[in-house]
Amino acid sequence: MIPATKPTTTDQPGAHLRLVSDRSAGAAPGITLSGVSKTYRSRDGDVPSLKPLDFHINEGEFFVVVGPSGCGKSTLLKMISGLLAPSTGKILVDGEQVTKPHGNVGIVFQNALLLPWRNILSNVMLPIDMKRLPRQEYLLRAKALLKLVGLEGFEKKLPWQLSGGMQQRASICRALVHDPKIMLMDEPFGALDAMTREKMNVELMRIQRETGKTVLLITHSIPEAVFLADRVLVMTERPGAIAAIYDVPLPRPRSLDSMADPAFTELVQRIRKHFFTQSALD
Amino acid sequence: MAEAKAPSIVSRALNAAWLRPFLFLIFIVVAWDLAIRLFRIPAYQIPSPGDVLAVLWTDWPELLRQAWPTTYATICGFALSALFGIPVAMLIAGSKTVESYVYPLLVFSQSVPKIAIAPLFVVWFGFGIIPKVISAFLLGFFPVVVSAVQGFKSVDPDMVDLARAMQGSRFQVFRAVNLPHAMPAIFSGLKVSVTLAVVGAVVGEFVGSNSGIGYVLQRSIGTFDLPTMFAALVILALLGVVLFWIVDRIEKLVIPWHVSQREDIIFAS
Repeated sequence: MIPATKPTTTDQPGAHLRLVSDRSAGAAPGITLSGVSKTYRSRDGDVPSLKPLDFHINEGEFFVVVGPSGCGKSTLLKMISGLLAPSTGKILVDGEQVTKPHGNVGIVFQNALLLPWRNILSNVMLPIDMKRLPRQEYLLRAKALLKLVGLEGFEKKLPWQLSGGMQQRASICRALVHDPKIMLMDEPFGALDAMTREKMNVELMRIQRETGKTVLLITHSIPEAVFLADRVLVMTERPGAIAAIYDVPLPRPRSLDSMADPAFTELVQRIRKHFFTQSALD
Repeated sequence: MAEAKAPSIVSRALNAAWLRPFLFLIFIVVAWDLAIRLFRIPAYQIPSPGDVLAVLWTDWPELLRQAWPTTYATICGFALSALFGIPVAMLIAGSKTVESYVYPLLVFSQSVPKIAIAPLFVVWFGFGIIPKVISAFLLGFFPVVVSAVQGFKSVDPDMVDLARAMQGSRFQVFRAVNLPHAMPAIFSGLKVSVTLAVVGAVVGEFVGSNSGIGYVLQRSIGTFDLPTMFAALVILALLGVVLFWIVDRIEKLVIPWHVSQREDIIFAS
């Protein structure tokens, strides 16, 4: 495995704003997949969803997976969060094998999935309720996170009173509130309009830099992948397998101008070639 | 309302939402009275509104006394529907096995006409309140189950996954996600159920009872006392409306966040 373009968090601007607690120096930090595959059993026989995958995501890395729909990306995400057991192979998070939901992840789906009967603040506090953590301590953290994403003053609003982009920002706060090491994002901005989406990309990059989380993001958009990622994993069509893993040579911090960089366009072009022979991305 | 124009009290009253059904009701009553006069419908076929009102006026204490057992049976039957219907729906929605065993039978049981088996309850439980309650329960039960099952099943699986990934226990996730999500559907079932429970109670009174509005109905048909019969129908309708309204109020309290209630929130804030 080729190491990524060194995504160290400490020497980056804004590192002093990190909301993470300092990590214990455990064995093999990050996420390791070895021989992980998934086959669904259905009435018509076994349906392979993922071919055996081997890769490692470094701690604090921004790792993006692109692939056609139905290539098992969401399955991958569920397995890392511990909701789904792999058919073969092992998943290690910080050296510990994942067998059941371990709560060390924050998840953001395509839809914000805020509970309509809870106000924004109490939606953000959902993981705290589920994990039975002390509410008072985390209330301050939740408010700080809402401030970080620019939702200060909206704590008492109900989800439907917010725009789609604001709802998605609240759901990012919810994914961060319990201070997980990993953020899993399944096409988080897929439901947003193009302009909001670009804005959210910049914002997400800032949040990731300030919190130092390991991010695994799944997307259909190749430019989005290249723009955000330290490394991009390209997947093949179902059953999903690794087509390639690319290092993104763009320097950080990046802005929307980075998209004009020749290195950016070249990498986008190269990744796009993977899908030429396959059916179009959707 | 345009405050600047300062509309007269009369026009403002006429525009009040709660008044509209009453205006429409008055229209219907007038049309009813006119139809009887115009087409010379004999009183033994359809009584005139005046006669019905007269009965309502003079027999008011007696009708109220008879309305009580019906109300009581309705509320008991409705409460049982909710008490059993919601947990049964939880089981059906929660387990494919339970669903495959129970749901088809439940649907099948609904095809059995309750009126046909109501006499059976009289045989089993006598002429008291119990046959009425059971009859009200049997009619009110099904809509609660069907709506609640649909409510529990329509939860976004991603939402449940999200809560589970945060290490929420099954019960925690159910209480935080599934149950509140199913509430609007449960209430729509309860609203149908409460009006059907009235019907069920009356059916129970038809087949074997010596009290209640159903009993009044049957007796007045037997003696061709149509004004009394219509008065009894009015009382039944009122009972249904009041019970429905109570459930509706409770719904507004329990799920103020729901789409159907949002206007109230905007006005309140």
